[in-house]
Amino acid sequence: MDKVAGHPPVMASPAGSAARSRGLQGFVLQSPAIMLLLAWSVVPLLMTLWYSVRNYNLVDPTQQGFAGISNYWYLLTDPDFMTSLENTAILVGGVLAISVGLGTLLAVLYNEEFAGRGIARILVISPFFIMPTVAALLWKNLMLHPIYGVYSAMMRAVGLTPVDWLSRYPLATLVMIVAWEWLPFAVLILLTAIQSLDTEQKEAARMDGAGMVAQFINITLPHLSRAITVVIMIETIFLLTIFAEISVTTAGGPGVASTNLAFLIYSRALLQFDVGGASAGGVVAIVVANIVAAFLLRAVARNLET
Amino acid sequence: MATVELRNLRKTYLHEEIIKGVSLAIAEREFVVFVGPSGCGKSTLLRMIAGLEDISAGDLLIDGQRVNDTEPARRGLAMVFQSYALYPHMNVYRNMEFSLRLAGMPEAERRQRIGDVARILQLEPYLDHRPGQLSGGQRQRVAIGRAIVRNPRVFLFDEPLSNLDAALRGQMRVELASLHRRLGATTIYVTHDQVEAMTMADRIVVLNKGVVEQIGTPLELYHRPGNLFVARFMGSPPMNLLPATISAPAPEGSVQVRTGTFSVSIPTQQAGLEAGAPATLGVRPEHIRIDPQGAVHGMVEVSERLGAITLLHVRLPDGQMIVVQTGGDNIDCADTPISMTFEEEHCHLFDAGGMALARSTEHPLLAGA
Repeated sequence: MDKVAGHPPVMASPAGSAARSRGLQGFVLQSPAIMLLLAWSVVPLLMTLWYSVRNYNLVDPTQQGFAGISNYWYLLTDPDFMTSLENTAILVGGVLAISVGLGTLLAVLYNEEFAGRGIARILVISPFFIMPTVAALLWKNLMLHPIYGVYSAMMRAVGLTPVDWLSRYPLATLVMIVAWEWLPFAVLILLTAIQSLDTEQKEAARMDGAGMVAQFINITLPHLSRAITVVIMIETIFLLTIFAEISVTTAGGPGVASTNLAFLIYSRALLQFDVGGASAGGVVAIVVANIVAAFLLRAVARNLET
Repeated sequence: MATVELRNLRKTYLHEEIIKGVSLAIAEREFVVFVGPSGCGKSTLLRMIAGLEDISAGDLLIDGQRVNDTEPARRGLAMVFQSYALYPHMNVYRNMEFSLRLAGMPEAERRQRIGDVARILQLEPYLDHRPGQLSGGQRQRVAIGRAIVRNPRVFLFDEPLSNLDAALRGQMRVELASLHRRLGATTIYVTHDQVEAMTMADRIVVLNKGVVEQIGTPLELYHRPGNLFVARFMGSPPMNLLPATISAPAPEGSVQVRTGTFSVSIPTQQAGLEAGAPATLGVRPEHIRIDPQGAVHGMVEVSERLGAITLLHVRLPDGQMIVVQTGGDNIDCADTPISMTFEEEHCHLFDAGGMALARSTEHPLLAGA
């Protein structure tokens, strides 16, 4: 704009058309990428929308034709649906609370000097490198199994009766497993953020009479607020669609006690072969994800502004 | 206001001694400047006084009480950091309020005190701005305000002006000096800038490699540097130093000194000077007079005209370069031969170990001291 203002004679008459032709040029050059994106995002979306209003069951070819809103009606009035929404919220909220809360404390801890810090840092980050299916299997069979599990052995060693975690507290156990997977991510992001904290600020706070707790609350936490927002946003995106852990450990059960929205859609489509119903679930999931994203983006944008 | 006393303070990191025994008594209301090249330990020493660094050995006394093991906040000090270290997520008011809030001061009193300080520092329009929205000079003032509101016994400044541009630095220097006069607080100020040291200090402590080289008023250090290090460090452009030999102890308390191409007679009371002993002759650029009858001859290499003064860089016949300060109306330009006279009563003589030799005449400005 400044350049244009600086040379009024040059830009005087052909300004409009020049800008338009440059705009067209830009569009042409960008279009292959945009087209590819459209093909990959909009086409599946349209197909999902289309199937969600069709009668389409893989095991019953006779069911055909337009279903109207009956797929949606069937889904939204299904008590399993509300349960799955609740479970999704508990999973996301629980994992976020644990990974951000504990992650902040661990980040502060791992920022201090202590012997073996390098190794400890690698260890705390390592769960992130284990793929979800393996992590879930590890917890299910090695750690929490009522007969062979390490925890069961530990409980028996002190005379307690082992708990079958995955059938007694399926959702809480899942929250624990997923939090174990995501805690490293939070620690990693928050640790790098904490390292950028100006030490003179903490020293100034110390001279102002702030103890460790006051320094943490008044200096460290505000400094971390952006990083925490980023962690919350990224984790939420992934946590909304947790699937592997559920599929491997509880298969959504007992009953629907550990079924979240993603697993509900999967069970509709590939356990009950109801493509129409599953597509309706998919559309609902898109709506839910967009609502969450709208809130998150607004919060993040506000936090990243200053 | 308070006195601060350092008794043989030492600081050791691992096996390396950073501060090698510093002793100093700072009087009430005194403005003391620690000055020295980077790495001389001046900031470490300040941080030890502040309580941010442990004291390895020695005693630190504030108002006569040993505070080696007292928490920084309980020593009654306030510090202004080089980076200002303002809390970026708090506005100016909250920045200044932080320490008062932690100390549990009632809201009304906090408001009153911050209002007063903001008025002194002309920060009133910015109280709800965040540090990020302020200019460098304003941030500097907030940092000072944050120190003042605590009503400390001693102010500590760690190179507070080094992040400002030259014009602002000059302005803040004057503001700081007048603030000190108004508040009358004991102040310890660290800088590597000798102009700041000269203009603001009551006394200057010149540090080098963890050792005090000299302590004195600015003019003492300037006119009577105790050794070569101080002579080189204080003064801009720096003192001309020429290798010399003592040719003969002359009568009436003076000594004949010979450099490569000329000799001068320097008044000194130093006893036991032997002919032939190596020495260093020092003379400040402003104490060399251009004099057609002068004994020192040279060739002007570069002439720096600063308006009020002119600095002539002169090459002596033996290849040594010296700087001569003359009036702004000097018209000597490069490649002009000139003759000069060293003002003998202003010459300095250092022995082979770099220590200044005792003088027989006292500088008029220092006569009373």
